[in-house]
Amino acid sequence: MNIKQLALGTAVAIGVGLSGVMTTAVQAEDTNYVPLLTYRTGPYAGSGIHIANGMHDYLKMLNERDGGIGGAKLVTEECETGYNAQKGVECYEATKGKGALVYNPYSTGITLQLIPKASVDKIPVLSMGYGLSAAADGTVFPWIFNVPDTYWDGASVVIKYIGEQEGGLENLKGKKIGYIFLDAGYGREPIPLLEQLSEKYGFELMQYPVPGAEMQNQSSQWLNVRRDRPDYMVMWGWGAMNPTAIKEAVKIRFPMDKFIGVWWSAGDDDAAAGGEGAKGYKAMNFSGVGREFAALDDIQKYVVDAGLSSTDAETIGSTLYNRGVLNSVIITEAIRTAQELTGKKAITGADMRMGLEALDLDEARLKELGLAGFAHPMKVTCEDHAGSHPVFIQEWDGKQWRQASGWIEPMTDLVRPLLEKAAAEYAEKNAPWPARTEPCPN
Amino acid sequence: MLYDIFIDPFVQMYQMPDFFLQVLWEGFVAGILYALIALGFVLIFKASGVFNFAQGIMVVFAGLTLVGLNENGVPAYLALILTIGVMGVLAYGVERVVMRPLVNQPDIILLMATIGLTYFLIGFGEFVFGGEPKQMITEQLGLPTGSTAFEFGDRGLVILQHIDIAAAVIAILMVAALAIFFNKTRIGRALRAVADDHQAALSVGISLNQIWAIVWFAAGLVALATGIMWGARSDVSFALEIVAFKALPVLILGGFTSIPGAIVGGLIIGFGEKIGELYWGGLVGGGIESWLAYIIALIFLLFRPQGLFGERIIERI
Repeated sequence: MNIKQLALGTAVAIGVGLSGVMTTAVQAEDTNYVPLLTYRTGPYAGSGIHIANGMHDYLKMLNERDGGIGGAKLVTEECETGYNAQKGVECYEATKGKGALVYNPYSTGITLQLIPKASVDKIPVLSMGYGLSAAADGTVFPWIFNVPDTYWDGASVVIKYIGEQEGGLENLKGKKIGYIFLDAGYGREPIPLLEQLSEKYGFELMQYPVPGAEMQNQSSQWLNVRRDRPDYMVMWGWGAMNPTAIKEAVKIRFPMDKFIGVWWSAGDDDAAAGGEGAKGYKAMNFSGVGREFAALDDIQKYVVDAGLSSTDAETIGSTLYNRGVLNSVIITEAIRTAQELTGKKAITGADMRMGLEALDLDEARLKELGLAGFAHPMKVTCEDHAGSHPVFIQEWDGKQWRQASGWIEPMTDLVRPLLEKAAAEYAEKNAPWPARTEPCPN
Repeated sequence: MLYDIFIDPFVQMYQMPDFFLQVLWEGFVAGILYALIALGFVLIFKASGVFNFAQGIMVVFAGLTLVGLNENGVPAYLALILTIGVMGVLAYGVERVVMRPLVNQPDIILLMATIGLTYFLIGFGEFVFGGEPKQMITEQLGLPTGSTAFEFGDRGLVILQHIDIAAAVIAILMVAALAIFFNKTRIGRALRAVADDHQAALSVGISLNQIWAIVWFAAGLVALATGIMWGARSDVSFALEIVAFKALPVLILGGFTSIPGAIVGGLIIGFGEKIGELYWGGLVGGGIESWLAYIIALIFLLFRPQGLFGERIIERI
């Protein structure tokens, strides 16, 4: 070994040692680590970017304005999944060892992969309004949360709404309801419930699957729609599928007021793509419309204007941006709840699970957060991890969304027994599925 | 079952002639667009024997450049000219950086290089223009929007989108221009010489480098036209790259080296998949068009293994 190598080796050793000291110093500060599985690239980026921005900006705003939550700063890290289940699992594996509190996969495919891992790694999964509907049964899935609603809740709301338009659910008999969906785990998820409802109310359910590779090539599906002449169309689309479907619906002159999307087909860009012809298109929603909320003003002030975000200021208040904000509100309120329950500033995944299970976001708290009316009050219980909260319908007026209905309750009486049955079947299929041992914090 | 397969579809075609005409029109438009994409692959394969995996992303990149420039205040027509320039620079860059250093390498190396180029263009495109889908500047480019409906009394109507008509006209003009260019000009003849035999072409003084740059540029122009037309039908997003692979069955069918093959193959696949999906798809739950195109191509291959217009390969042992 010559002098040069010795000097270099010593320098490297000192550097490594110093970085260790510095890391320890940084870790000594109380923090809570929230990895964000996002997608800002690929075919689903059109939807994913707004969600990612909303999630990021709210968390960042709390750090900047309040110094984090309960005296502990939030440490966030984005991992790009491209809406790909394999990449999503890679992101999970790469970040779980850093003290991850919760995962938000933003893909039903990734969620399905993470469900069996959650109880093993003791890190909860929050699939807000997506994922496996049956996971709402907290007695079987103590680590999975899909508040405020499952896809089955959504499917029941859309049928209920259509029933209202027809003067009552009994008038659905003999009607044709078309269902166009992304032919993936996400789009197929509500089919069992729609089939049940079709049987119960006597309408004909016509299915139009759109393969992922054909998202921007849907003319065949819409020609089928033109031939079949369904009375209503329901869409479960995502990414590039949404604007293409709306354009195709306009093209075949389908009455837009009878075309209703799930809350993930409610993007501003999605509807705007249809131009004037898209006026009247409807979608379900459970998060605020517009930007008249104090918390969004704070995001603008502390994050966007301060240059701490990649968000285009004009998109603050768009449907999917607000959805991302709501997701972060649920995360942060669960952290706050967990801190109160445990008395700790820096919590663990297991603490976070308790925080999510004890979540009670009432009207007063929403107001306190600067988000009065931004969402329906929501409460999670140990038995019900979704809560089947009410949903409203919004309508595109050619320029922006406006609320077009009051809050509509899902058909809980119908959905809940089916959810419990599906949860039991899942546990049986995946035996030995661990029995719940986690104490209930409520 | 036999009735559903052999009789019912034809009864439907007879009973709903307006719908059948609409299906044929949609098949024609899809076919023309597939043919345009396939044309990009054929041009490069003819000149260099390379299957250009990057053709799909070139469609996206060209569309994004056009819309991105316009979003940044460049007037539509100037943005179009600048985009053509960008595709020219890309062609020159590909020739200098990718093709030239790999001369005489096995085909698989060149294929891998185009896969690398794909990922470079994805990353570069996202870096410059972001990952968000963009609306095609259809009206600013003077392309028609709206639709015309032809009514057949009480027997229904056929709706023709003006942008689809424009796509068909532009595609036909583009194919005609390329055919004239490659058949009647000196550069075109040089390209055909290169396609026949690289070494023989070199021996008579044809510059391979120049030909490759020209061919990549022509493929870039085809990608731009495809990006505009397909972008107008949906939007310009990275999902379009996947649509570009619809050209694969067209190439299998039409042959990798034939411009007429790309056109005829595109039309056969376009008509075939629409008619198949609309009249027979329901028998198996729908959504068959993504694989039906390959079945159609394979059926043709049973009878003409070199594709409809591909060159018959005779190897003497």
